Amino acid sequence: MTSSPHDDFKDLYDRITWGAIAMLALLGLLVLRAWYLQVVEGDTYRELAETNRVRVVSVLPQRGLIFDRHGRLLVNNTPGFTAYVVAEDAPSPLDPLIERLAGYLGLPEEDIRERIEGQRMARPFTPIPIKSHLTLKEVALIEAHRLDLPGVKIEVEAQRNYPLGTWASHLLGYVSEVSATQRSTTEFEGLPLGMQVGQYGAELAYDAILRGQPGEKGVEVDALGHERRVVSHIRPAQGDDLYLTIDADVQRAAEDALEGKAGVVVALDPTTGDVIAMVSHPDFDPNVLSGALTTSRWAELIADPGRPLNNRAIQGQYPPGSTFKIVVATAALERRIVTPRSETTCNGGKFFGNRVFRDWKAGGHGIVDLHRALVESCDVYFYELGDRVGVDAIAEFARAFGLGEPTGIALPSEKKGLIPSTEWKLASRREPWYPGETLSVAIGQGYVSVTPLQLATMIGTVATGGARHPPRYVREIRHRDGTVVVPETIPAEHLTVSAKTFAVLREALKGVVVEQHGTGGAARSSITQIAGKTGTAQVASLAASSRKGRPAHLEDHAWFVAFAPLDTPRIAVTVLVEHGGHGGSAAAPIAKQVIETYLGAQPQPSPSPVAARDRGSAGAPG
Amino acid sequence: MRQVRSRLGSLDWQVLAAIACIVALGVASIYSATAHQAGRPSPLYLKQLAWIGIGLVVLIAVALVDYHALARRAYVAYAAIVVLLVVVLAIGRVGMGAQRWISLGVIDVQPSELAKLVLIVALARYCADKTVKGGLGPSQLGPPLLLALVPIVLILKQPDLGTGLSLLAISLAMILLVGIRYQSIILLSLAGLMIFPFAWNVFWNSLRGYQRDRLLTFVNPSSDPLGSGYHVIQSKIAVGSGGFWGKGFLGSTQSQLKFLPEGHTDFIFAVFAEEWGFVGVLVLFALYGFVLYWIMETAYKSKDRLGAFLAVGVASMVVFSLVVNIGMTLGIMPVVGVPLLLMSYGGSSTLTVFAALGLVLNVRLRRFMLFY
Repeated sequence: MTSSPHDDFKDLYDRITWGAIAMLALLGLLVLRAWYLQVVEGDTYRELAETNRVRVVSVLPQRGLIFDRHGRLLVNNTPGFTAYVVAEDAPSPLDPLIERLAGYLGLPEEDIRERIEGQRMARPFTPIPIKSHLTLKEVALIEAHRLDLPGVKIEVEAQRNYPLGTWASHLLGYVSEVSATQRSTTEFEGLPLGMQVGQYGAELAYDAILRGQPGEKGVEVDALGHERRVVSHIRPAQGDDLYLTIDADVQRAAEDALEGKAGVVVALDPTTGDVIAMVSHPDFDPNVLSGALTTSRWAELIADPGRPLNNRAIQGQYPPGSTFKIVVATAALERRIVTPRSETTCNGGKFFGNRVFRDWKAGGHGIVDLHRALVESCDVYFYELGDRVGVDAIAEFARAFGLGEPTGIALPSEKKGLIPSTEWKLASRREPWYPGETLSVAIGQGYVSVTPLQLATMIGTVATGGARHPPRYVREIRHRDGTVVVPETIPAEHLTVSAKTFAVLREALKGVVVEQHGTGGAARSSITQIAGKTGTAQVASLAASSRKGRPAHLEDHAWFVAFAPLDTPRIAVTVLVEHGGHGGSAAAPIAKQVIETYLGAQPQPSPSPVAARDRGSAGAPG
Repeated sequence: MRQVRSRLGSLDWQVLAAIACIVALGVASIYSATAHQAGRPSPLYLKQLAWIGIGLVVLIAVALVDYHALARRAYVAYAAIVVLLVVVLAIGRVGMGAQRWISLGVIDVQPSELAKLVLIVALARYCADKTVKGGLGPSQLGPPLLLALVPIVLILKQPDLGTGLSLLAISLAMILLVGIRYQSIILLSLAGLMIFPFAWNVFWNSLRGYQRDRLLTFVNPSSDPLGSGYHVIQSKIAVGSGGFWGKGFLGSTQSQLKFLPEGHTDFIFAVFAEEWGFVGVLVLFALYGFVLYWIMETAYKSKDRLGAFLAVGVASMVVFSLVVNIGMTLGIMPVVGVPLLLMSYGGSSTLTVFAALGLVLNVRLRRFMLFY
């Protein structure tokens, strides 16, 4: 018997009913899920929705300004144009855009691609800075091709400006965008992308003070990153201003005097350690480094044999030459090995062991005492002295004068130089000290090396009669609200050297400049009494006979260390002219010029940095 | 006329009112999702209203021609749609990475949408004749499965995963309605298990990269928050932030600010849920539930098997759309492009659902007739 239609319909009805129930269950499931999202998790999602549409954009602060000791502007900010790419708005693939940008901005395509690729995934809506300090031509090119450059925008921003160009560049330093490496250090942690931070010199050392506090802007944006309205705004806090101890006029005099030469001028106030001037040549233009620097230009700077990025004042390590005789004389007097009257006969050389140590003066100086030995820089006298004092006593006094150790000046990468001793040689060379080596040390050659800043500290210590002030170049920090903070000063070290010894030294150093056979006659000044010591540091140890007519790069380094006025010293100067020949002829006149500028004149109103500031802020960048 | 009016019982008017409500909420949501797109030649919500107008005409037209007459022409229509799907693959307009559209001059049509209707009618005709005691045996599964698989394979090839799965769901629902023996289920399962790795391979390889990404990100949405997972995350934020009472009409920050892409088509529910909250969701589900109840009641009260099959086919089509589309906006279904019927913007899907509802009305109008 077949089933009746009715039976079949009964089955069908059942299945329809079950189907309806299944459908209802499915809908119920969806309602439950909606209930979970909207009611149970509603608050969480509401919060997510807020953060989704409100983007926090960093507002970069104005960097603090830098002034000299008289309040003359050295570093400021000027408005400039920066090109940005917003990755999210840029077309994909990026190639045509990058190609165009590279053409308009004169940047290698790889540089641009690297910048964009590095950021687009992590923060697709954050504008990526491509190039700052745009020239007006570059701005015009981009504006004219706006339609072909989706996602590219140009913003006016404050850019670091060094109105004096290469002037004091090693001391001032430069800024550039905070690097990935920097952002991973605690010092620069959490700084927004594209923020300019110090990379060198004072800009780096005082970055935390200069950079200020970035602000935040809450911007309601749509999914394309277009700003709709600003919903919150935390203003950025401007950076504090730095007032340096630098005297712009003295700095300029030193810069001019070293023009075209490789070398260093460091001028200190010996009674405070304040740096009055610090020049290192060759130098660089921080305006170039602080903005539109291209990879190729950077490579060029790095490869430059003149090493313009090297601050020779604190990083150059040179044999001090005869300037070191001040140290040896002090050690000899203090250890009572000689009296000022002790004499020796110089006939042009000293036999020691199986070799001859020559004097710089072929015929010799005849009979010399300590005074004459310093004034005329007799080497034979100091060979004798060194041999009797011994290398360890020399090292002890050298360190007391601050040589062979970093001075602690607030500049990055200061070098320490080297003051040899028997202990040092055993530890580093695994060899005993040979007495003959002491003779070289006694005239500032051999293993001895110092930085120009250390020598400036040394001569300053002689000037004050034993007070060694650690050098510093920041006089005060001024907050925007007008409050002034004076950086804590490190108290001076007082040398345990008798006043009598200093009196002998001062008399001799005066003689260097004023006496007939003094090696520093070129520093004789009509307006003040200058005391100093010349030095000539051998670059290569060549026999005296072959010294004539050698190539310039083997020429000796010329030193002159000086202070003035003799009785109430206010300035101590170290001059180094690389391959300049004799200290007396190459370095002493520069020292005189610097000292006379400082002591002889009121601050010059023009052409001073003040005038330069007007020039810098009025003109458009580029 | 009196006769016709009396046949349209009060329930039908209520359902038409419910459908009108859903459609109105849909248009409001489309308006909201696209309101910021200023300067468009003609706003999308106006276009949608036009589609709805055409849809009503289609609904009435489909309702008036006796469904038995439609069923008699089902196989011809089926053959025609298969040809059309082949044509689409050959010359169709490529849009959004898939070949789905045929350009008819002024408008582009999506034959795959039409295929849903045709398959419902063709399967209904086939199944209505099969009154097998105890359900379909393994050997009897062949014809209906073949009927279903031909258009499904062609549509998957476009590729249109959503519509293909939709056809599969409709077919399975209708085959289940015929009844199926346990042996068939076991055999189907075994066969399924045996060919699954192979089929999965073919299926997976046929997917485009973005489709694979979507399926992968469904398993782990946070793996690519700005890529394939973006839609789901943004949609959940939109729905969830609506809370209980919603943000009010035009108050949807997520879709207004365009964080939610496709707000007027596949993600229309998220826009609605953000603006109207859980209360609105309840109302919307009540309306959809009511419409489904009406369709299933039609199946139950239909005077013949053909009518019942037609109604269940339409019901399964609507349920599939609800579950997959809303499930996807709620983050419990993978993102496959399935429009939310009666709400999403789109000509083809609007016409299809109105035609399908016309079919149900058709069955309903003739349930008391004693003659075919």
